[in-house]
Amino acid sequence: MIVNRKPLTFWERLYLPAIAGGLKVTLRHAWRTLFRGKVVTMEYPEQKWAVPTDYRGAPYLVKDQEGNTKCVSCQLCEFVCPPKAIRITPPGESGKLADRPNAEKMPEEFEINFLRCIYCGLCQEVCPEEAIFLLKDYSLTGQSREEMIYGKEKLLALGGTHGGIQKWKHKLEEAKAQENFPVKI
Amino acid sequence: MNWNFVIFSIVKIAIVVGVVQGMVAYSVLAERKIAAWIQDRVGPNRCAPPFAKYIPIVGPALIRLGIFQPLADGLKLLLKEDFTPAGVRKIYFWLAPALAVIPSMLVVAVIPFGSQIGQQKMVIADLNVGILYTFGIVSLGVYGIVLAGYAANSKYPMFGGIRSSAQMISYEISMGMSVIPVLLIVGNLNLSRIIGWQSAHGWMVIYAPVSFVIFLIASFAETNRLPFDLPEAEQELAGGYNIEYSSMKFALFALAENSNMVASSSMMVTLFFGGWTLPFWGLDHAATSLWMGIVQILVFLAKMLLFMVLFIWVRWMFPRFRYDQLMDLGWRRFVPLALANILVTAVILWMKS
Repeated sequence: MIVNRKPLTFWERLYLPAIAGGLKVTLRHAWRTLFRGKVVTMEYPEQKWAVPTDYRGAPYLVKDQEGNTKCVSCQLCEFVCPPKAIRITPPGESGKLADRPNAEKMPEEFEINFLRCIYCGLCQEVCPEEAIFLLKDYSLTGQSREEMIYGKEKLLALGGTHGGIQKWKHKLEEAKAQENFPVKI
Repeated sequence: MNWNFVIFSIVKIAIVVGVVQGMVAYSVLAERKIAAWIQDRVGPNRCAPPFAKYIPIVGPALIRLGIFQPLADGLKLLLKEDFTPAGVRKIYFWLAPALAVIPSMLVVAVIPFGSQIGQQKMVIADLNVGILYTFGIVSLGVYGIVLAGYAANSKYPMFGGIRSSAQMISYEISMGMSVIPVLLIVGNLNLSRIIGWQSAHGWMVIYAPVSFVIFLIASFAETNRLPFDLPEAEQELAGGYNIEYSSMKFALFALAENSNMVASSSMMVTLFFGGWTLPFWGLDHAATSLWMGIVQILVFLAKMLLFMVLFIWVRWMFPRFRYDQLMDLGWRRFVPLALANILVTAVILWMKS
């Protein structure tokens, strides 16, 4: 492409119109910011972006509608986690039972190291119990490395409750139905 | 020895240096704030010491304005590691910041910043060769920058230093020649006399507008500010002559630039805008009372601040000149224009006499 460069006119070469133009533009912008409050700056900690609905924030453990831990300590997320940020301590043979009926177990400790977590969402994808979700938090800070490893209680508290399937409930109903299966005469 | 003179001089020097330093610190803030406003941003508005929010009414407003920012900036610069890179020429490396700062601070000595308070003239040194002194000292400022470029022993600072020397020497000429009509009209080199003449006849900018325009633009070039900031062109030279500097040594260059700005603003006010005088409210003659003296100092400061704002404002308005354009403007436009200006003024004065 050939750009046709016209020689500058005397008026243009004088540079003064350009100066006037510059003054005008800068003044207009300064006026707008100062007196009309048209500012593009978002003052971050006070104002925050509206996070999109499918945003992948920090993964937290969730509770079901009845306030029970959903995680059954299957450790799939621990295995799938690419940066190995998740660490689950299963209850073991003599460990505590799950806090809800018809679930085999729940994790004794569930740690997510947010220094390692890459927010990929594989844990949420792999979880058969819909117990871990990537929520909207994106600005996790701490003053030490230890602080950035979130334990089970903290994750549950941050995750809150989440609807969705209640597998164990269906299982319980199924089991009850099965118990009654040979139709009572 | 006249002890009275010594003591009052020391007091005046202390106050003027303090005020200039304060203005330099706050010109950095003003620069950031004005830049922000022009660019639709907010600018520094967080920095505050813990007690600031308990100041009634004005406290939050002061924080929004970033009034405490320069304190934090200064503290940061003082506490940063003062790193001397391997391979620099140490003596010059240490000398350069001082050489940049000292001339810029010395210029202020001859500027009359007020008429008088009591018996004391509000000028540190009421020299009969005030303008010559100013030009002599201002042209020393280039040594600091050139030396910084040379001492750093690396490419880009060298480029910056060389650019700066060429630029400052070129514009020195047109700047010097632009003032000659003023001297022709007034017939005196003493800055106080020039102000006196202006209070009697009206501001010099009416009599010598071309001089003012040349002086203004040349002082932009002299202070290395946009659109003539080639010595420290960030995009081309990665920072220019001050790349290798850190901490307070780096800050001294910024300080020199800003106090040059203060100095040339006050020179413009003195030469072309009547210094501490205003044509009304009886401010056009030397003060007789304390209050008038203070008001006149404030008038001077206000005029100066307007020029400071202009300096800062222009920075966000224009792209940088290309080097050949800069030289072209300096040598082929301003030098002939200044010479013609001298000629025309001289002819008019001759015909009048």
